[in-house]
Amino acid sequence: MNPRTLEDLRGILGPHGLISSSEELRTYECDGLTNFRVIPSAVVLPDSTEQVQAVVRVCHRERIPFVARGSGTGLSGGALPVAGGIVISLARMRRILEVDLPNARVVVEPGVINLDVTGRVASANFFYAPDPSSQSVCSIGGNVAENSGGAHCLKYGFTTTHVLGLEVVLPDGSLVHFGGKTLDAPGYDLAGVFVGSEGTLGIATKITLRIVKRPECVRTLLAAFHSPTEAGAAVSGIIAAGMLPAAIEMMDNLAIQAAEAAVHANYPDCGGLLLVELDGPLAEVDALMAQVDEICRQHGAWEIRVAQSEAERALVWKGRKAAFAAMGRISPNYIVQDGVIPRTSLPQILSEIDQLSAQTGLRVANVFHAGDGNLHPLVLYDRRIEGQEKAAERLSERILELCIEKGGSITGEHGVGEEKKHMMSKMFAEPDLDTMQRVRCAFDPLHLSNPTKVFPRTRLCGEKPGEYVPHPLEIAGVAERF
Amino acid sequence: MSRAVLTAAERFGAAIVEPADEKETAAILRNANETGQAVIPTGGGTKLDWGNPPRKADILLSMRRQSRIIEHAWADLTVTVEAGCTIAELQRTLAEHGQRLAIDPLWPERATIGGILSTNDSGALRLGYGSLRDLIIGITLALPDGTIASSGGKVVKNVAGYDLPKLATGSLGTLGVITRAVFRLHPLPRNTKTLTIAVDDAVSMQRVVSAILGAQLAPAAVQVRQGNVDILLEGTLDGIAAQESAIDKFGNVREGSAAVWNAREELWHDTPMVKFTTLPARIAAASASFSRFVTQATGIGYAQFDGDLQALRTAMEKDGGSLMIFGNTAIDAWGSPGDALPLMRAVKEQFDPKGTLNPGRFVGGI
Repeated sequence: MNPRTLEDLRGILGPHGLISSSEELRTYECDGLTNFRVIPSAVVLPDSTEQVQAVVRVCHRERIPFVARGSGTGLSGGALPVAGGIVISLARMRRILEVDLPNARVVVEPGVINLDVTGRVASANFFYAPDPSSQSVCSIGGNVAENSGGAHCLKYGFTTTHVLGLEVVLPDGSLVHFGGKTLDAPGYDLAGVFVGSEGTLGIATKITLRIVKRPECVRTLLAAFHSPTEAGAAVSGIIAAGMLPAAIEMMDNLAIQAAEAAVHANYPDCGGLLLVELDGPLAEVDALMAQVDEICRQHGAWEIRVAQSEAERALVWKGRKAAFAAMGRISPNYIVQDGVIPRTSLPQILSEIDQLSAQTGLRVANVFHAGDGNLHPLVLYDRRIEGQEKAAERLSERILELCIEKGGSITGEHGVGEEKKHMMSKMFAEPDLDTMQRVRCAFDPLHLSNPTKVFPRTRLCGEKPGEYVPHPLEIAGVAERF
Repeated sequence: MSRAVLTAAERFGAAIVEPADEKETAAILRNANETGQAVIPTGGGTKLDWGNPPRKADILLSMRRQSRIIEHAWADLTVTVEAGCTIAELQRTLAEHGQRLAIDPLWPERATIGGILSTNDSGALRLGYGSLRDLIIGITLALPDGTIASSGGKVVKNVAGYDLPKLATGSLGTLGVITRAVFRLHPLPRNTKTLTIAVDDAVSMQRVVSAILGAQLAPAAVQVRQGNVDILLEGTLDGIAAQESAIDKFGNVREGSAAVWNAREELWHDTPMVKFTTLPARIAAASASFSRFVTQATGIGYAQFDGDLQALRTAMEKDGGSLMIFGNTAIDAWGSPGDALPLMRAVKEQFDPKGTLNPGRFVGGI
């Protein structure tokens, strides 16, 4: 990066807001997906919207690509730096700006930690519903970028359901506002398209959230089955009975073993464990819980427990939320996959995963958001064994292809990022991807904001078929034409 | 062909075209785009006067022949449906498996999926089940250049690619013509009960609404009308009974009629109509500007209004809300979209650079 640009950045951020030494830059070389690493040219740590704008204006002037970063917990390489670019960390923008309880709104800066929103409003009996497993460390800004879900989105929806307004710095440095504290603002739902755009449309600097009144009663039931297939049939039974639980989670035996080893959640040792949570008015929950119990027994549950206290409930969830990290207890290395199938395809895909596992000799642990068909197969391997890493990657990708074949998706909540952009062409046709990129061309015609992510090929904005005009980004060597 | 569509065609001097499928729709659009003809997409024709009058209208593109329910994957709680299907017809099919699309839009026997999405008309159930933007999970659009593009998918949870279903929802057909949509469904409620609480003034109206929203209840819908607060409870008989006794403390509760949920539709007359948005804690205060209104607890109200529309809009915007005006050509229908307008124009430019679709009907002359 040329010295004058670095000086400009230092001028904007002060000496403590700029990182440019190579040792310190290494901290930012990857996010939660560690097998992709790129060292950025510089990292900036703005503490205000104005500083973000000023930095982005420099990037725009100098045609420097930038990547916004929250807590760096993303699992698809969305915050992976771009070669020659800078990383804009929002970690210092972590103020809760407004708590409006009568209207159930909270306004936050992007670096605020997900769980801290609930922490701030819990005493008034409110909570912030999206609950990704990393919620104690991940940031709201990152949740907005990824449209994060969590176990309870079955009932409460995703991040996008709870984001009502955004202040955004566009890739040319201008500041715009989408939506607000009231609903249905005039114009296009740009907040709707921004949430989940994985940092490719600009940087959110202020976020208006909807918070939710805590339900009167929450009950969590654990049911042990002989197999995930039996557990899956019970899930179908619950849905068919016309219930919409707050969460339905499933773990197979390998996942249970790992969770037990890590946090001693006291799960029954079974082939398929179902965790069903109902919430709402007490009388409603009581009536429905009796039916869930009966449906589970009909489908072969041999042990059923209902968490009797808040502490028991917390322990049940701790095991589930620790499941990814717990794999380290039973395998030196593992890949966390995120795919979605129509829920009814569950038994079929499970037997196909079993077959793949048997063929390759690699173990696969399964953790599902079973209510909405979101699978998290964990492919276990040992990097020290020649060829296993490649085999694990192939197996993991094959599972995604199976998801696509069943009419599902390559990602339910982790995002496409760097990791899965080559899979996008398998899920979408070329006109579909091209149409999505029209949106990107409106927001970021120069492709500066996280430019290499999400799409397998970049649509050069404003190009006309038939005539070849080199794009400024091609000349700069930032983009390639395929 | 509905009478409303015929009337509009006559008024605009436009030709009516009824493509049989997606491909024909795209071909018509492409041809119109190349020959500089303006296209007004329509379904049941119930909301053709929403937004500003079009600057130009050569073709009324009716989607009524594309009304198939393509796939009701009931065990997965999803449905794929063509844009020209009426919501009433869709609901009848879904009900065969005890399910519904959890919205209650205007004029269900005539309003089509495409039109409901384009105008973002969810209804009072939005409190309990979210709005259209939360229920739509996939969309297919035919663009003015003839492109047919899908986004989203058939599964509820999916973050692959940009969320074009949300972009299209509420865009009044100015970006592309919706040809099909995929929705997540909900089970039909086991039981329902409507309660109505009479209130004397705006203060007690707000007090009752805020008390219901602040209690740990789960109403499917809450709305206020002149002198009344209506509450819709859904669920098990035990759950409804328990919630009813909790609500009993908030005022003089009587069992209401399910017909009160049609009150919004009954407001619609020849007098100028408005939709206003406000904060949940201000719904009674905002409603006090009107003598006939229906305001939903989410902060969305509908009213008849004969007075100074500009002054009303200024007042609503000052409180952080907005005012949309139906069927009055003297004043812009939408109000200001704020500093995002240039970006909205850039989005329009990418999808419809020649302004073929609904020219001038949307915000800022889009």
